[in-house]
Amino acid sequence: MIKDEFLRNMYEAIVAGDKAVSVALAAEAVRSGADLLEVIEKGFIPGLQKVGELWEQGDYFLPELISSAEAMKAAMAVLEPELDRNKIEAPTSGKVVIGTVEGDIHDIGKNLVASMLQAGGFEVFDLGADVKLERFVEKAEAVGARIICLSALLTTTMTNQKRLIGLLRDRGLRDKYKVLVGGAPASRKWADEIGADGYAENAVAAVKLVRTIAGRD
Amino acid sequence: MIEAKRPKLELLGGALVEKIVDEGLTLLEKQGIMIENSEALRLLGDAGAVVDLASQRARLGRKLVEGCLASTPSTVMLYDRSGEKAFAVGGDEVHFDPGSSTTTLLDHGTQEERKATTADVVDFYKLGETLEHIHFQSTGLISTNVPAEVSDCYRLYLGLCLSSKPFVTGTFRVEGFQPMKDFLVAVRGGENELRLKPLAIFDACPSPPLNWSNLTTQSLLDAARAGIPSELISMGMTGATSPATIAGTLVQHVAENLCGLVICQVAAKGAPVIFGGSPSSFDMRKGTTPMGAIETMMIDSAYAQIGKFLKLPTHAYMGLSDAKVNDPQAGFETAMGAVLGALSGINVISGPGMLDFESSQSLEKLVIDDGICAMVYRLLAGIAQRDDPIALGLFEGFTPDMKFLSHPHTRQWYRKEHILAGLVDRDPYDAWVAAGRTSIVDKAHADVRRRLGKYDAPPLAGPVRKELDKIMAAYARSQGFGSLPVWER
Repeated sequence: MIKDEFLRNMYEAIVAGDKAVSVALAAEAVRSGADLLEVIEKGFIPGLQKVGELWEQGDYFLPELISSAEAMKAAMAVLEPELDRNKIEAPTSGKVVIGTVEGDIHDIGKNLVASMLQAGGFEVFDLGADVKLERFVEKAEAVGARIICLSALLTTTMTNQKRLIGLLRDRGLRDKYKVLVGGAPASRKWADEIGADGYAENAVAAVKLVRTIAGRD
Repeated sequence: MIEAKRPKLELLGGALVEKIVDEGLTLLEKQGIMIENSEALRLLGDAGAVVDLASQRARLGRKLVEGCLASTPSTVMLYDRSGEKAFAVGGDEVHFDPGSSTTTLLDHGTQEERKATTADVVDFYKLGETLEHIHFQSTGLISTNVPAEVSDCYRLYLGLCLSSKPFVTGTFRVEGFQPMKDFLVAVRGGENELRLKPLAIFDACPSPPLNWSNLTTQSLLDAARAGIPSELISMGMTGATSPATIAGTLVQHVAENLCGLVICQVAAKGAPVIFGGSPSSFDMRKGTTPMGAIETMMIDSAYAQIGKFLKLPTHAYMGLSDAKVNDPQAGFETAMGAVLGALSGINVISGPGMLDFESSQSLEKLVIDDGICAMVYRLLAGIAQRDDPIALGLFEGFTPDMKFLSHPHTRQWYRKEHILAGLVDRDPYDAWVAAGRTSIVDKAHADVRRRLGKYDAPPLAGPVRKELDKIMAAYARSQGFGSLPVWER
């Protein structure tokens, strides 16, 4: 049984977005031989849930959100090797391939979504910006991801989101993947128009959307 | 007579200007900047920069930067298509051009954003030609009727066919430069003629933080060699791609823009360069880049002040709005930006017509904004002494029944001292009701139709026009597109 105070400290470190403290607490958990699944589920994840609430209430802004996501990622990076060593399956929500479509070098929004997904327990394969459409398909096929997230900031490049769906269809892979779109010029209407499986307007909404879609699989 | 004082805004104290410039220079020297273009790296290395080809990083010493600043002209002269009318881009001259560029137009009928067609782009240029307070055109609207591969070139082609004003434009692809330059050379009748009388400014944006991409670097090199002015558009977003503090973002702005300037100078000494930008105060809730934020305008005004300190022509994206339709936000953000930009003495102010974070244009907004620009020019003209004595002569022999309205003094001065209202509403309430409670947007729409109806194509010599057609058709073919939309009746 882990002391409540220890779990509370983990929760607070994530809410504060304190990477150094989060990492130290994760290392302390490993050293003391604590139940790491309990550490994740009762310590760190509740912190992240609180951050989501604070964002939705309008108390937290992007810098707090992203700091907490990064603290979570850093803590998980300490815990995961130990989980592997003990052959304990880390609680994963699914695999996601994400990137900004070709011709578009804007990646701030995409990075936010990738970080939030990763912090939210997804295994994220971030291909970066200006990504050739074929690479999304290759990567998803290679790692066995079922969800592909496409970002675009420019009205001139968002059409590549549509082209990716065409590419999947041409290869007979359309039903295998859920394609989600985002970025400033994208909209629910656009997603419907191009036959995407979903649209999210910000990083928090994107995590919810991916969680819903992954849960449906 | 005592001359009018030019009203002027300076946000930074002299010591802060010097400290920001000093840190910008230190950043270039110590940290260096990434340039994804091997030719530029080679030229910089030859000029004495410390270049690491593997990481594509160049460190620019102070001496190199200062030498390049000294060889950059402090004023750029632009000429209209006929080559007769000159516009000085320098000093405290102010020229507005429509915000650029977008594929999206706010449709007045539906009040929805939609994709712009070639017909919309034609209307955009025709309208711009009739607006007297917007001195330059911009290739601000992109036709979605042509393939993206030729759209940069096609927008300038239509513009040069339809308008006599100087242009603010730029490339979307490295290949786009040659045909775009060919258009300008065709209009002027030769490369040297174009060099003597520049017709268009090319925008080039670094990718924050501290990076110049291959495309934009190539544009700088190509433009510098052709004598085409490059407008350096650094665009840090506070707290996202540049420091959260305004002064910190200004340091990065100085470093990125001065790197662009050095690239131009090592390509062609004396090349015209404009110290511009499109930075923004990043919205920490929405993750958007509000151009109408007061902090964005403060960054703009401040870097322009720094540009002037460096004796360079200046540019900013101001006089535009993040509103989606022509609502009160569209009006106040545009007017604040236009006034602050002009008071800052910014030479090229890109913004009129623009909505939605630089992603939508509105013809109605463009004519409303022309009215804002008219007011701005009046403000800049200041308050002058017209008579001596100022008013004592007028009051000589004063009686209580003195009639100013019919006084010769009023007739002599009122049109010089006051501008007419334009589209804004100055009706008494009852007259406004009787006239149908018309909004400025409806009046603007009627004005757009009226102006498009009275558009008179400025004369363009037949052979020049033929040459423009030929260059466009050949470029489209070279990119694999046989036909372009018919846009003339």
